[in-house]
Amino acid sequence: MIWVNTVVQGLMLGGLYALFATGLSLVFGIMRLVNLAHGDLIVFAAFAILVIVEVLGLDPFVSALLAAPLLFAAGWALQRLVLNRVLGRDILPPLLVTFGLSVALQNGMLEVFSADSRRIRSGALESASVALGPVTLGMLPLLTFASAVAAIFLLNRIFYATALGRAFRATSDDPVTASLMGINPRSVFAIATGLAMVTVTLAALYLGMRANFDPSIGPARLIYAFEAVIIGGLGSLWGTLAGGIIIGLAQTAGAAVNPEWQILAGHLAFLVVLLVRPRGLFPRAFD
Amino acid sequence: MGARVTVATRAGRAAGIAALALLALGLALPAFAGRAMIQDLFFILTMLTLAQFWNLLAGYGGLVSVGQQAFVGIGAYAMFAGVILAGWDPVPAILLGGLAGLALAVPAAWFAFRLQGAYFAIATWVLAEVTRLSVAQWKALGGGTGTSLPREATSDMAFVAAIGRLFSVREAAARDILAYWLALALAAATVGGIYALLRTRHGLALAAVRDNTEAAKAVGVDAVRLKWLVYLIAAFGTGLAGALVYVQKARISPDAAFSVTDWTAYVIFIVVIGGIGTIEGPILGVLVFFALQSAFADYGSWYLMALGLIGIAIMLFAPRGLWGLIADRTGLHLFPVRRRLETGHATTRGD
Repeated sequence: MIWVNTVVQGLMLGGLYALFATGLSLVFGIMRLVNLAHGDLIVFAAFAILVIVEVLGLDPFVSALLAAPLLFAAGWALQRLVLNRVLGRDILPPLLVTFGLSVALQNGMLEVFSADSRRIRSGALESASVALGPVTLGMLPLLTFASAVAAIFLLNRIFYATALGRAFRATSDDPVTASLMGINPRSVFAIATGLAMVTVTLAALYLGMRANFDPSIGPARLIYAFEAVIIGGLGSLWGTLAGGIIIGLAQTAGAAVNPEWQILAGHLAFLVVLLVRPRGLFPRAFD
Repeated sequence: MGARVTVATRAGRAAGIAALALLALGLALPAFAGRAMIQDLFFILTMLTLAQFWNLLAGYGGLVSVGQQAFVGIGAYAMFAGVILAGWDPVPAILLGGLAGLALAVPAAWFAFRLQGAYFAIATWVLAEVTRLSVAQWKALGGGTGTSLPREATSDMAFVAAIGRLFSVREAAARDILAYWLALALAAATVGGIYALLRTRHGLALAAVRDNTEAAKAVGVDAVRLKWLVYLIAAFGTGLAGALVYVQKARISPDAAFSVTDWTAYVIFIVVIGGIGTIEGPILGVLVFFALQSAFADYGSWYLMALGLIGIAIMLFAPRGLWGLIADRTGLHLFPVRRRLETGHATTRGD
């Protein structure tokens, strides 16, 4: 029954990757912007939570709740002050700006927090587990997966059942016409990036509690997130969850065969999907 | 009163003569320059080569790759394989690096071209990671920890003994001189080759695709074939440069040879600060980068952070880089590629 365990662990890991990917998917869906600093922003958020935990001595979940509005503001400001200036027909400027941001952020964190591995301590939660038939599930992975599902459910509600979501979808489809209807695309973009940073905070909370992290691990998280988005199909948040699960399953299966193959197996799964379904598994009808 | 289309300008001719003079000076340099200077110039020339190829991809082909380290790494490893597994001399084994780059580029392009724009960029990064992780499984070349060129391969390297006698220097210094000359030849061939390419009808087609893909297709330009052409050329050249860099380093590991910072971030910085989409840009950019590197590299992460911020500032306030600023002020084009109509009695200036 080892394989059942492997599958379940892969599923749970997929939840974490889906959380990494949600913000990326959201921003791309609305403004066709790929933020190459996304992974470094996740690590940055993890350090922000860690600082709050250590300085104020608060529970990690409460700390994440405190960090979320700060990171929303940071995302909002980033979009307003920097990214809005480079968005346009040419994809080169936003790519290069976010690449510069990635390099700057990574090295800034290296100076401030050093290269040491850190972890957000969560006390009893670290070792808590529940037995589900033949497999024993860690409480933390289970919570991660549940949070991913909840986050995607909530974002979909925002998208399809609120005025803000209508503005998101309208701007995504046609910014010019949307602005004729009294929507300011730049403000919409700023709110979207802020919201993406809230999902980044959630991802960072679980990243930091689940394992050690240091300033250099951002780019790899960006790559997993990106693979999940592409596998799922552009613009579909549930697709992103499926994509994250596929990467998680492939990595766990690869690691079960040979620990050195974990990461490689995830990448290969991505390439296979790209080969068979270049537009991903669940592409939105219009894109 | 025949009219003809020309790209030649007086500044261009002067720059050509100056370039030849610089090349001659560069060839003679080991006779009177110290070893440290030769090593610095080797670094500048190889970075210039990498930057020119990245600029060809991104600035002319519209293909923003953040995975060029794949070709540096595979080129370097192919050279090592030629030396260690097949017993080749390192100098001809550099060619293996170019061929390996080419061989990797075919499947890589086949995958990456399925994705557009920004997603293409990250796909190239994924492919570089796949290549790195696969090479790390290659136990004959040291696996994840890497390996060194065998002592006898580096000491018996072609031409080294002759260079040693010519300049009466030790073997290690002679190896540096050889690597420097090869880098000079590669950089000159790269700049000259890309310039020649841009002056052909392929170059014109490239500029047309970059400026407006749909319009270019409408007049019969095969945009997909051009993308392949540019991607394969860049892969071949980047593979050669990677192999050459590691002939000089003589020690390799997957993490170093596939480093995104060393082979892509620095290269992008050089092109962006110098001016993307021009041949002059990367040349100016590599000089600025080298100056910054010499002055501030001791500050480690602060320095890298500043590089990232400078890159952002350039994209925000001077997206065409330093050379763009200079060209706007002076109208100077050292490597003119723009077609102008020249008639018998009047010259029409046009962009």
